[in-house]
Amino acid sequence: MKLELRGITKRFGALVANNNISLTVESGEIHALLGENGAGKSTLMNVLYGLYVAEEGEILLDDRVQKFAGPGDAMNAGIGMVHQHFMLVPVFTVAENVVLGHEQTTFGGRLDLSAARAKVREISDRFGFDIDPDALIEDLPVGVQQRVEIIKALSQDAKVLVFDEPTAVLTPQETDELMTIMRQLAASGTSIVFITHKLREVRAVADRITVIRLGTVVGEASPTATNAELASLMVGRAVELTVHKNAPELRGTALSVKNLSVIDVRNQIVVNNVSFDVQAGEVLAIAGVQGNGQTELTEALLGLQQHVTGSIELDGKPLRGYSVRHILDSGVGFVPEDRTEDGLIADFNIAENLMLDRSSGAPFVKAGNLQLAFRAKFAAEKITEFDIRSQGSEMEAGRLSGGNQQKVVLARELSRDLRLFVAAQPTRGLDVGSIEFVHTRIIETRDSGIPVIVVSTELDEVVALADRIAVMYRGEIVGIVPGNTPRATLGLMMAGEHAPAAEAAL
Amino acid sequence: MSTITQNSAPLPSSAPIVKPTAQVRSWKIPITFGGFAVLSLLLFVGLGRGQRGELSTFRLSEGRDLIQLPEVALPTFVTGVFVAIVLVLLAAASAWLVYRHRKIPILLTIVFALLFLVGFLAWAASGSTIPVPGLLIGTVTLSAPLIFGALGGVLSERAGVVNVAIEAQLLAGAFSSAVVASATGNPYLGLLAAMVAGALVSMVLAAFALKYLVDQVIVGVVLNVLVIGLTSFLYSQVLAPSANLNSPDVFPRLNIPLLSEIPIIGPVLFRQTIIVYVMYVAVALVFFGLFRTKWGLRVRAVGEHPQAADTVGINVNRTRFVAVTLGGVISGFGGAYFTLGAVGAFNKEMTNGMGFIALAAVIFGQWHPIKATLAALLFGFATNLQNVLGIIGSPVPSEFMLMLPYVVTIFAVAGFVGRSRAPAADGKPYIK
Repeated sequence: MKLELRGITKRFGALVANNNISLTVESGEIHALLGENGAGKSTLMNVLYGLYVAEEGEILLDDRVQKFAGPGDAMNAGIGMVHQHFMLVPVFTVAENVVLGHEQTTFGGRLDLSAARAKVREISDRFGFDIDPDALIEDLPVGVQQRVEIIKALSQDAKVLVFDEPTAVLTPQETDELMTIMRQLAASGTSIVFITHKLREVRAVADRITVIRLGTVVGEASPTATNAELASLMVGRAVELTVHKNAPELRGTALSVKNLSVIDVRNQIVVNNVSFDVQAGEVLAIAGVQGNGQTELTEALLGLQQHVTGSIELDGKPLRGYSVRHILDSGVGFVPEDRTEDGLIADFNIAENLMLDRSSGAPFVKAGNLQLAFRAKFAAEKITEFDIRSQGSEMEAGRLSGGNQQKVVLARELSRDLRLFVAAQPTRGLDVGSIEFVHTRIIETRDSGIPVIVVSTELDEVVALADRIAVMYRGEIVGIVPGNTPRATLGLMMAGEHAPAAEAAL
Repeated sequence: MSTITQNSAPLPSSAPIVKPTAQVRSWKIPITFGGFAVLSLLLFVGLGRGQRGELSTFRLSEGRDLIQLPEVALPTFVTGVFVAIVLVLLAAASAWLVYRHRKIPILLTIVFALLFLVGFLAWAASGSTIPVPGLLIGTVTLSAPLIFGALGGVLSERAGVVNVAIEAQLLAGAFSSAVVASATGNPYLGLLAAMVAGALVSMVLAAFALKYLVDQVIVGVVLNVLVIGLTSFLYSQVLAPSANLNSPDVFPRLNIPLLSEIPIIGPVLFRQTIIVYVMYVAVALVFFGLFRTKWGLRVRAVGEHPQAADTVGINVNRTRFVAVTLGGVISGFGGAYFTLGAVGAFNKEMTNGMGFIALAAVIFGQWHPIKATLAALLFGFATNLQNVLGIIGSPVPSEFMLMLPYVVTIFAVAGFVGRSRAPAADGKPYIK
């Protein structure tokens, strides 16, 4: 089915999320929609899917104008969507999720789940998915959950399939498989819209590329374009894609973690007997797919987890079992993975956020009184030093862009006297410019002789920053390898293969 | 990664993930058991009630039963000592199981609870007689409004709207059923009025919660206060001066032929009023509706993940509104028990906190209609036990016995239920 968007404009108050966007996707084509976070890709697709109503413009399917009042209409017209955050009910089975909204019933209004199971099996067999219709969603790995999303869309005879940032949660291997599936679908005549900000994937799978910046189409490109060309189109200026760094100047072991295990509230072992060292002056990257224990590991380092066994020593002094206050005072700086939840208080202004973890004494507090003059001066300095684009230190942190919020967090943590720096997902959701800034800061921190741990699910980031890479899988470190290890090896390790086995498989 | 190859990469397995679970010993159950074992040693043995050979008699049949079961007479002190010793052994067994990292079978808990109950009844009834059918009949009768309230709560909360207003729905049902049944002389119209009143209360809850996005707990609390005030005002201004508006016919007990003659079960389950019979049907219908129909799948979907429901074309707020309203219909019906099923007149604040006990039953019953019904029965039993022991003259002070249903609630929720998981979107309004 041919999809055409003509002059779509969508406003949220004063913000124009989509400005006169036009786009054509031919039948059987994989059309990539490339743009940074916040460029307006998801808004456009939500308009297409009937979740938002556009102020201007029209949607055409096979040259017929469509009017969508809701997702139901879009689905009936043959549009299916694989959402970035899966739209699956975790406590329902695969079959229940697939039929939800289109249930068949038998006598007395009884739900006909056997028809649903048969449908799941049929589609699952057609694409070789091997999915048990009676498995609960919450028990399935994310890669499989995504297949359930695809089955859900296909069960409604979708002719246009939208993939919204589908690879964010996948291992490289799962990503490759997804691309094979997309090819298969396109070959069978389905039109595919592939939304992403990852250049590598676009070039691997797309037939055509449309680039969006700040809500407007800024150009089309062919998959043969180079990364640098695509990136500059996406960002609007030439971008430095590689991080410049010299060989690390190692200054001896600073952090030593031995046999660390973390048990969560449901008694599950989320970090399992993990041991590693970090030298002063190096970056140890912790790679792995989201949810393999990285979050809990960093929280354990900061004293934020309840049930931790093993030992953590920083400069020979034990940290495990001490309060967060003690650990911060020992010189541990921490960038949490969710800056809006754990890194900042959105309703506090920049100056207040900059002193959040230093409220216990001088220089910010004397005799129980906030030192406002000092704080204002401090904030002004940091805003200049870290290039925080704002209307001054009194501006609420919640009103800053993601990149500037992250700069506030970095400024706060890096302005203390650090002995260890832990950054979890430091560039998640940031624009390319901010990513450059954060990466540069992290390397500067390393070069000043501080041991750095970077946790990231983005392989690009891991490879760019790491001197050594520890790969986590299901709570364990499957191996610690040098920073120049090939991506394919890392990808296999992220799927659970141990380092030597991963090398041998290539 | 720029080329697509089906290399030797391990396929992502579609098998469910089994996360390793740490062996953490939970001493909660052995400690609870130990507490009760010590309590029984103190009460049954230490206080030495019945040492002069008194008997505790359990009467198993009512006078008008066709099949008469003999009375069971147990020697009070001997029974007490026996029960106390077995309880101590069971507590030790549970401690041993936990020490060996084994699961404590649910049967052990049930046996423990029943034994303690028998020991306690024998001790309390030293030298007198416990009417077992009476105790159980009262349990079912007293549970009826709790069960209706809990079912209403389950429906509403499964759809994602926290229903603190069960008390208000019960009270509104009680009031309007009394007035309508008295005015028309037809108690069935009273039942209808109760359902309408419950529905109206829940519609206010739904409107404020879903359309105006007001905090659902606050709306619920305000509704409770509002309905208490409104019914009390109307009672003193309208009902008290003209008694003919507050004298509805009470539903008689209907004996179901044959079934009502089964020993013990017959009188308990099948010599009840029509309200209780409707309750049996309601429990089955709510269960069937929620877990076996298309409608129920959608209700649970909007309560767990409203956005997912929205993206497949389900109208989240309409689904929630209907479920909450239906919950109000059921709770309101339960309110009619107070006037048409029991007292025969409306009194100020006559629901007396039953709505909150029903809410506890919803949570204790893990938002499941049948488990919530069992929880409500437990509370009904505790309430009626207090009544029965008051009548036969128990050694426990009556003020202390009044605490019983609430103590049971706390122990039930804290001690024996693990972490119960509410519907994921419970209490969260859906904003696109």
